[in-house]
Amino acid sequence: MTALVRHRLFWPAAVLVLLLAANVAFTPGFLSIEMKDGHLYGSLIDIFRFGAPLILVAIGMTLVIATGGIDLSVGSVVAISGALACLHISGLPDQNDVGGVLAAVGLALGLALVLGAWNGFLVAGVGIQPIIATLIIMVAGRGLAQLITDGQIVTVNSDSYKLIGGGYWLTLPFGILIVLAVLALTAFLTRRLALGLLVESIGGNATASRLAGIRSRGLTVAVYAFCALCAGIAGLMISSNVSSADGNNAGLWIELDAILAVVIGGTSLMGGRFSLGGTVLGALVIQTLTTTIYSIGIPPETTLLFKALVVTVVCLVQSSAFREKVFQRRGRRRPAAPRATDDEKVEVPA
Amino acid sequence: MSSDILTSARLRLPGRLRSAYIPVLATAGLLAAMFVAGGVRYEGFASGQVVLNVFIDNAFLLVVAVGMTFVILTGGIDLSVGAVVALSTMVSASLMTDHGWPPLLVVPLVLLIGSVLGLAMGCIIHYFEIQPFIVTLAGMFLARGLCYVIGTESISITDPDYTAVAQARIALPGEMSVSVSVLIAVAVAGAAAYVLHYTRLGRNVYAIGGSEQSALLMGLPVARTKIAVYTISGFCSALGGVLFSLYTLSGYGLNALGMELDAIAAVVIGGTLLTGGSGYLAGTVLGVLVLGLIQTIISFEGTLSSWWTKIFIGLLLFAFILLQRLISARRA
Repeated sequence: MTALVRHRLFWPAAVLVLLLAANVAFTPGFLSIEMKDGHLYGSLIDIFRFGAPLILVAIGMTLVIATGGIDLSVGSVVAISGALACLHISGLPDQNDVGGVLAAVGLALGLALVLGAWNGFLVAGVGIQPIIATLIIMVAGRGLAQLITDGQIVTVNSDSYKLIGGGYWLTLPFGILIVLAVLALTAFLTRRLALGLLVESIGGNATASRLAGIRSRGLTVAVYAFCALCAGIAGLMISSNVSSADGNNAGLWIELDAILAVVIGGTSLMGGRFSLGGTVLGALVIQTLTTTIYSIGIPPETTLLFKALVVTVVCLVQSSAFREKVFQRRGRRRPAAPRATDDEKVEVPA
Repeated sequence: MSSDILTSARLRLPGRLRSAYIPVLATAGLLAAMFVAGGVRYEGFASGQVVLNVFIDNAFLLVVAVGMTFVILTGGIDLSVGAVVALSTMVSASLMTDHGWPPLLVVPLVLLIGSVLGLAMGCIIHYFEIQPFIVTLAGMFLARGLCYVIGTESISITDPDYTAVAQARIALPGEMSVSVSVLIAVAVAGAAAYVLHYTRLGRNVYAIGGSEQSALLMGLPVARTKIAVYTISGFCSALGGVLFSLYTLSGYGLNALGMELDAIAAVVIGGTLLTGGSGYLAGTVLGVLVLGLIQTIISFEGTLSSWWTKIFIGLLLFAFILLQRLISARRA
């Protein structure tokens, strides 16, 4: 039992189960999934589907945070990628042309990669603190997105583009499949290959890892580029779901939600270790919270209050200092509690 | 040999002093250059009133950025400021318009709410060792959420005394005038500069920003100081909210969206290191003026769209961060 409670993912999982239980109590048919016209429907599917962009961004953010960095620019990258893709498609003679849509997707993701590499270059090459280095694109990127759309909302009417965020494939929403693919790829690269260990070693101590022969600079740039790529895909999903691009509001505050998801999932903002499973759990907690608020009938204007409450509770129960001060007994049994975080850095969760 | 050390120390001292001043001087130079360029390019730009209007339009941002300077100097960050500004406008407007409270009661209450919120965040950050980024993020959600609980619509303020203060203009020589907000903002900046550079609290703030561990080992009151800076930031945000409601005469939950970014940008452009321990309050004042002057120039230009403001601010951030990096690299 104690081993279960001590498990890293116990608290986020407990919160998620609690939220789902609350939903079931209020709407009895909450967990049911049904088949309509060959598509799966249900509240659980909706949570995954609407949470897909957040999960994607949070996956990229996890790796950046594992290197001891942070990426504030993802929200702007979401807006830029959606804006560029929609602008390109709206200029096509035939908006349903698959080649044209693919070119638009490639263009948008290419720009996202460039922006991510720029962030990585500022952090690893120039040596600027990540929070400021990415602040530049966070501020300027919103302007850039509005520049691309000329301050308007660009609408497109393309069935092939609509597939990315709103379509179905193999009975599942296409967005979920994209998330699963990215998640599987990331998990393979970081946990089956040494890449994840290298990323964590940069977060543990960048200089030491460089001296140990790890190309920490190149790897850091790659991680930021990957994070921006994830944000770019999320941007395509969001804009394709509503068939329009809004440079001002697309992906607004998604960086904060993504960072929250990572923290709720138990990844320390200090870097040095990460948990992809935890991040997905964290993102699902946030999305379930939003869904819960709508389905229970709490006025949507109080969403933020509940978010604040959940964030505070989850962060408090995860803080070893809090647990030590509140549950005195456990604190006395483990007098060296502050050191625990240092020890945990070394362990590599599978 | 000891004389060698002495001379080298003496030689290095002015250089080090100068390099600490370089970002502030660069910001001052940029401000002057922007003003001259504007004066050459646009008719009617080079007047005292244009400068004063920058103050009038950004008085609330100045107060918020002053609070942010304290937090950033300790190496922390406060993302809740914009939301606290919005909450203050909302509480003021709702109490005065819907419940008929007198402003003399409302304003102290609003300032108290902001300070208590800051105090609570400071306590959580220090005692439970959770990152400031996350705690103030939760504070931001809380404050914005409270705004929407009070009301989702914009509430206008009609209290006669409040509107009288808002519209009052203090005449200066040469047919120029400023609003009451500007006087308050300048007073706050002056008081903050005094506290930072001439009091024990100020020295502690710099010490913690330099190295929290060393400050603790030196026996400085780390807990008290860290909680104090977040309380100051909360107070400044609430006061910024009061000034904002004087400026717009309304309360709205979506007010000051993203103001935390403007405040952080102003502090960084003013030459304060985000790692803490280095920076001047005068730099923050100059940073706010640079941001304000960019908006003035874009409105004078007329053809440039509003999003160019963001792009320019991003470019400026980049230039100043690079400058700081070069200086600190040379120092090391």
